[in-house]
Amino acid sequence: MQPELTQPEATPSERSSGARRFAKVCEILERHGHDAAKLIPVLQQVQEEYRYLPEEVLTFVATSLGVPPARIFGVATFYSHFALKPKGKYTIRLCDGTACHVRRSTAILDALYERLKLNEKNNTTPDMLFTVETVSCLGACGLAPVMVINDEVHGLMNPEKAVQLVDEIVAQEREPVR
Amino acid sequence: MDPKSTLTIDRMVVPINGERNLLDLARRVGIDIPTFCYHSQLSIYGACRLCLVEVEGRGVVASCSTPPEAGMVVRTHSEEIRQMRRIALELILANHEQTCPTCSKSATCELQRLTRRLGVEKVRFKPTHKPQPVDRSSPSLVRDPNKCILCGDCVRACEEIQGVGAIDFAYRGAAACVVPAFGKDLNQVECVNCGLCASVCPTGALTPKWEIETVWKDIENPQKKVVAQIAPAVRVALGEAFGMEPGSIETGRIVAALKALGFDQVYDTSFAADLTVVEEAEEFLDRKGKGERLPQFTSCCPGWVKFAEQFCPDMLSHLSSCRSPQQMFGSLAKQILPAQLGVAAADLVVVSIMPCTAKKYEAKLPKFRQEGRPDVDHVLTTQELAHMIEEAGLRFTELEPQSLDMPLGFKTGAGVIFGASGGVTEAVLRYAVEKVRGQRLEAVDFHELRGEDGVREVSVEANGATLKLAVVHGLKNAATLVERIRQGKAQYDLVEVMACPGGCIGGAGQPVSRDAEAKRLRGKGLYAADKMMQLHKSQDNHLVAECYVRHLGGEPGSSTAHRLLHTKYQNRKRIHGESLTVLESGPSQKLVVSVCVGTSCFVRGSQTLLKGLVEYVEAKDLEDAVEVQATFCYERCDRGPTVRVGQHVQEHCTLDMACQLIERELEQAANTSG
Repeated sequence: MQPELTQPEATPSERSSGARRFAKVCEILERHGHDAAKLIPVLQQVQEEYRYLPEEVLTFVATSLGVPPARIFGVATFYSHFALKPKGKYTIRLCDGTACHVRRSTAILDALYERLKLNEKNNTTPDMLFTVETVSCLGACGLAPVMVINDEVHGLMNPEKAVQLVDEIVAQEREPVR
Repeated sequence: MDPKSTLTIDRMVVPINGERNLLDLARRVGIDIPTFCYHSQLSIYGACRLCLVEVEGRGVVASCSTPPEAGMVVRTHSEEIRQMRRIALELILANHEQTCPTCSKSATCELQRLTRRLGVEKVRFKPTHKPQPVDRSSPSLVRDPNKCILCGDCVRACEEIQGVGAIDFAYRGAAACVVPAFGKDLNQVECVNCGLCASVCPTGALTPKWEIETVWKDIENPQKKVVAQIAPAVRVALGEAFGMEPGSIETGRIVAALKALGFDQVYDTSFAADLTVVEEAEEFLDRKGKGERLPQFTSCCPGWVKFAEQFCPDMLSHLSSCRSPQQMFGSLAKQILPAQLGVAAADLVVVSIMPCTAKKYEAKLPKFRQEGRPDVDHVLTTQELAHMIEEAGLRFTELEPQSLDMPLGFKTGAGVIFGASGGVTEAVLRYAVEKVRGQRLEAVDFHELRGEDGVREVSVEANGATLKLAVVHGLKNAATLVERIRQGKAQYDLVEVMACPGGCIGGAGQPVSRDAEAKRLRGKGLYAADKMMQLHKSQDNHLVAECYVRHLGGEPGSSTAHRLLHTKYQNRKRIHGESLTVLESGPSQKLVVSVCVGTSCFVRGSQTLLKGLVEYVEAKDLEDAVEVQATFCYERCDRGPTVRVGQHVQEHCTLDMACQLIERELEQAANTSG
């Protein structure tokens, strides 16, 4: 049994990060001249800040772009890149395109789900450390099966290697912050 | 015929008269090409694929998105096209919840009509969708996603005509659906309850919310006296539900029907409209004399009022403080009828018959209650009344007309034309111009105010003074006009706003009509009703005058009149939801500082204020004692920026004020705990 992981308490630097983030949202909006036509780049950059698109932030973005919130919700739900629920600190994207699929990416997915006690519907760990997603081709079919953790590409994967990568991250996260 | 400007459609050579697409051209020459997603007032969408036609040399195209070109040879029906249309319909039907006999839209459903018309006898595909919950949260509308066919008519109507955009497409592929923002319920978002979405919906996915059952219950209750008020626009439309011509004036038969249904008394909202004219015109003349809060906006339309409360906080003081005729009637009826009818106040039930879905919302507002009882107990739409008449088995066309009850059934023509766009302004002018000129106004018709344009501007001379008026319908037109007023590009004395295209005659509660002419004919009917009346000016309504003497403090604008006939407006937030925590703190007790970043406060610099506050808290090392939040809307938009520090809400807040408040609150907290 793994210990039940609880939401870690915010450190002082994390506490003020909310303010910085909000200032960043304002900056993003300003950078795009509060232009509703730039909605998608705005949302992409907002998501980089928050790792997802919080409802309140979307309402704020809608107000400042002069677009109905329902329209922004439509755009945010249309593209699978956008997330309306918080994602983990580490987003694992496993490719399930044709090349990866025939090279047994499904077994890797099952192994990850089992290791992290996740499933297709419930794909973020309660400690907000991991989110597991599948994507339909990362354009690196020569390295199939491919998995990307945040921005790092890992090729020629198998279930054991994938679980090992997860274990390494868990170990690294457990180390006390110096 | 000049071959350069003609085309051939179904072997007919027809001229092109600048139609925007083949579908409109076909309609003009008498061919009704089936469609769900094309409405001439809305943008072209091209999604339903029912309007397919064959163009020689081009193959099959969607006629809604193909402009007519000279020399085209078009066939609107062929074996291939018939097949394609049927398959499109079959696919739509596969995922459509087919509970048709119990659907309130059953009799007027476009999906049923086209299925029948195109001869689809069987749906070969199995449904794949999972049932979704029906949204009954709104007082005005029911949203049933299981009946939605994704034509997008509602989405475009809400955004393009009303400028609200309360609903939109969300998700993708098989999961695609039309929902309010964040999948919330309709009553949690900026919907103004106008129901335009329901009137363009081809199916039962968006329908007016019926309250027939509660009305039956009160009628059956021997303790209760149930009285009705009929809105002007109802009398020229109800007949359509029984095969009569749009615009035929059926007041007498409506009274007879209501009496037969069990209503004790039947009155006219137009009486209250006359009262509205007197109050609103007096208010207008007063403001015009003082030159303050101009233009005065009308306040009869609850869709517009909610829109203004959400989107035009700076204009709220410009709205006439007059209640709508429905609410004036309600408060007056509850005031005077119990004594007159010999019934306890708690047993008097006021039911209004309205062309409008937003009236349902208005009647339920907490501010329109006295002693815990609503001024208007139930609101039935024209559709619902038609349904009750059908249910009771009354043959409407054969009913013997009856007269309205007095005194609240007596009106002048001014109170009747309220139902058409421009009517309120005309009625107010008939009062105001006569009063300003100080002599009897004989020419009561202001034809220049009538018409169908979305924005109409008129200047009227009276005693050397010029009154500048504007009439708009469609809230997007209203928003544009408000913006021009803000920028100083337009100046008016009086602005009439109606949410529905055409005014109340085009309301979403009216019988569903496929006749593009219906609205115009209903309007014509109202002006004809005015013409047939002996009196045309509200000031000539002697029963209104008597009402002032006996019940309303003697004169317009008296304190009693103000209490019963006027109201206040409030800023309303658009979306209900939580606040956004900007500067988080730990779990212990912290002083919470919330800065409003809603539109009005935002433009007044709340963002800079928020930034300053965060810097202040960080500089003073107060992160552990103070939590800073950004929040949306304290509903005090006219007094922004608004900041809440602990329990204290500060309007017109500056950074210094906020910092002082934080210091004071922290000091107090230290003192009480120390």
